[in-house]
Amino acid sequence: MIWVDTIIQGVLLGGLYALFAAGLSLVFGIMRLVNLAHGDLIVFSAYMILLLVSLLNLDPFLATAIAAPLMFALGWGLQKLVLNRTLGDDILPPLLVTFGLSIVVQNALLEGFSADSRRLSAGALETSSLSLGGVNIGLMPLLTFLSAVLVIFVLNRLFYRTALGRAFRATSDDPVTASLMGIKPASVFATATGIAMIVVTIAALYLGMRANFDPTIGPARLIYAFEAVIIGGLGSLWGTLLGGVIIGVAQTVGAAINPEWQILAGHVAFLVVLVLRPRGLLPRAVD
Amino acid sequence: MISRRRLLKTSAATGLALSVSSIAMPAIAKGSKIKLGYVSPQSGPLAAFAEADKFIIDGFMSSSSGKEFEVIVKDSQSNPNRAAEVAKELIVDDEIDMMLVASTPETTNPVATTCEAEEIPCLSTVAPWQPYFIGQQGNPGDPGSWAPFDYSYHFFWGLEDVISVFTNMWGQLDTNKSVGGLFPNDGDGNAWGDPNVGFPPVLDKLGYKLTDPGRYQNLTDDFTAQINAFKASNVEILTGVPIPPDFTTFWTQMKQQGFTPKCASIGKAILFPVAVEALGDAGHNLSSEVWWSPSHPFASSLNGQSAGDLASGYSATTGRQWTQPIGFVHALFEVAANVMGRVSDAGDGDAVAEAIGATRMDTIVGPLAWDGAGLPPFAAKNVAKTPLVGGQWRLKDGGGYDLVIVDNQTAPNIPTGGKMEPIS
Repeated sequence: MIWVDTIIQGVLLGGLYALFAAGLSLVFGIMRLVNLAHGDLIVFSAYMILLLVSLLNLDPFLATAIAAPLMFALGWGLQKLVLNRTLGDDILPPLLVTFGLSIVVQNALLEGFSADSRRLSAGALETSSLSLGGVNIGLMPLLTFLSAVLVIFVLNRLFYRTALGRAFRATSDDPVTASLMGIKPASVFATATGIAMIVVTIAALYLGMRANFDPTIGPARLIYAFEAVIIGGLGSLWGTLLGGVIIGVAQTVGAAINPEWQILAGHVAFLVVLVLRPRGLLPRAVD
Repeated sequence: MISRRRLLKTSAATGLALSVSSIAMPAIAKGSKIKLGYVSPQSGPLAAFAEADKFIIDGFMSSSSGKEFEVIVKDSQSNPNRAAEVAKELIVDDEIDMMLVASTPETTNPVATTCEAEEIPCLSTVAPWQPYFIGQQGNPGDPGSWAPFDYSYHFFWGLEDVISVFTNMWGQLDTNKSVGGLFPNDGDGNAWGDPNVGFPPVLDKLGYKLTDPGRYQNLTDDFTAQINAFKASNVEILTGVPIPPDFTTFWTQMKQQGFTPKCASIGKAILFPVAVEALGDAGHNLSSEVWWSPSHPFASSLNGQSAGDLASGYSATTGRQWTQPIGFVHALFEVAANVMGRVSDAGDGDAVAEAIGATRMDTIVGPLAWDGAGLPPFAAKNVAKTPLVGGQWRLKDGGGYDLVIVDNQTAPNIPTGGKMEPIS
């Protein structure tokens, strides 16, 4: 029974990692931009939700609905005004700029919100659970996982069933030819980052309800997000979900053997996948 | 026009002038202000410890003895390398007479080591004495090689005090004596779970059964393994030293799994009221070690303020609830003022260090004396112990938590505010 429980908890944890990773996967898949500030932007959105919750006395879910369009606008502006200028043949400038952004965001949050660790309160939902034949499934982790699936599903529909999605894919494959067809890569990139920020806001909601956050906690989450994206294969959103689940299960199974191996097991799973399938489990395109 | 050559010439000349004046300094320094350097983590993950620094230093500067001092404050950014670097700046550039440093071994140790090498007297606090003393030794694994310091002095409690406080609190409750340990793989976790100096040998002697699933990494997102292990051995008492986000993850997941111990005595994670508030109502009756509180029956030697006055002054000025480091940071400045009142030349590092070692005074954190009381011989010279008691966080009407002292068997002069209650 303990093993069933361990694996179920691991899958649910994977949902959280997939949410962290989905925004990164989208940005990486479309513009090959490695956003090192992704984790800090999640923490930033968590503070934005917290601010809405405490100022307007809102429910965290409602606050997320308000924060999401704000974050979209922020992401759009960030891409348009800052990150687009760094894109080019050289992969170094976007790395350096997002690295700098990460430090700026952390310190700005520290200045504005102090170092206190905060949390989004979800009331009784936090500790309630479903009992299924001896295995307790926490409602919050379950909700996190279902949200991850929903987010990935919606993003996938957007990617493969809409004109915007076609523009995303075309720009991703060949920005020069796409611009010949009347697509403005700069605007497509800005929209993509905006959408990624909406996903970031959803990830922030669950991060903030699951545990405490403080201004410096972002980078620690970035590594799992990266690994989930790479395991799944670049540009594949369902792959990202799979990647998150693999890391989650590897961690809980590793911990069940010995808690010292928990984090390590996740990293080892990543390396194993990288050795066996260097392009990830579900790579989207050959490039 | 300033040519490169001329710039070099003039700067060489001013450099010379500067060094001449600094050589001449000590002779004319008498009567001028005594320079104190103060290092603490004002930004980064440890910043909560330094929240009250400004309030304390402003209070010190406005006291009668504070007028003799100049305090130069530096931020360690919660980074040990940065702490050593700013310590060096304080010593070399600001030419301080004495160093004060507070909050966690990550801050106290690099600063104290730098001071020791530069022969500047250093006083530190808010770090259990074992990681402070043993952590600075060349070979922490070999007690025979441990040597006392010449310039570094420290006051705080030690691991042995936490162990007795926790076990005393558990003794107040009727339990099955099955203890679950949540020890992370960091300096604190390894010390608490150490089979020789940590919890295991003491628990063994007192008839407790410890379930220790092993050292986990900080910022772990899932505690299924620990929860299953605790369930399997029917744990009724939980202890450990996790960081705040991990404890929230653990506690929430544990509740989801329908498992609640009768008693949870946790170090570090629930030190600050905001961290307990993050648990919502689930933080009621969590217990922790208490090093300082407004109900401690001590008063400041600087201005006669009682512990209660200092805490309420802080709340009135900042609008925030009191935290435990406030008293200890205040006491740092009390000792500095007391020591400097007993030396004739503040710039004489050896005399100042000797004066720290000879300190016998009453402070807002209790009586301080570097007389080796309650310490093994190797640490007797450099460490002074302060009393430690146990407390529980109680939910207030209208939100927020109060820390109520529930066990004072280790320091009967500190009044209790209630009895230990089981978690329901």
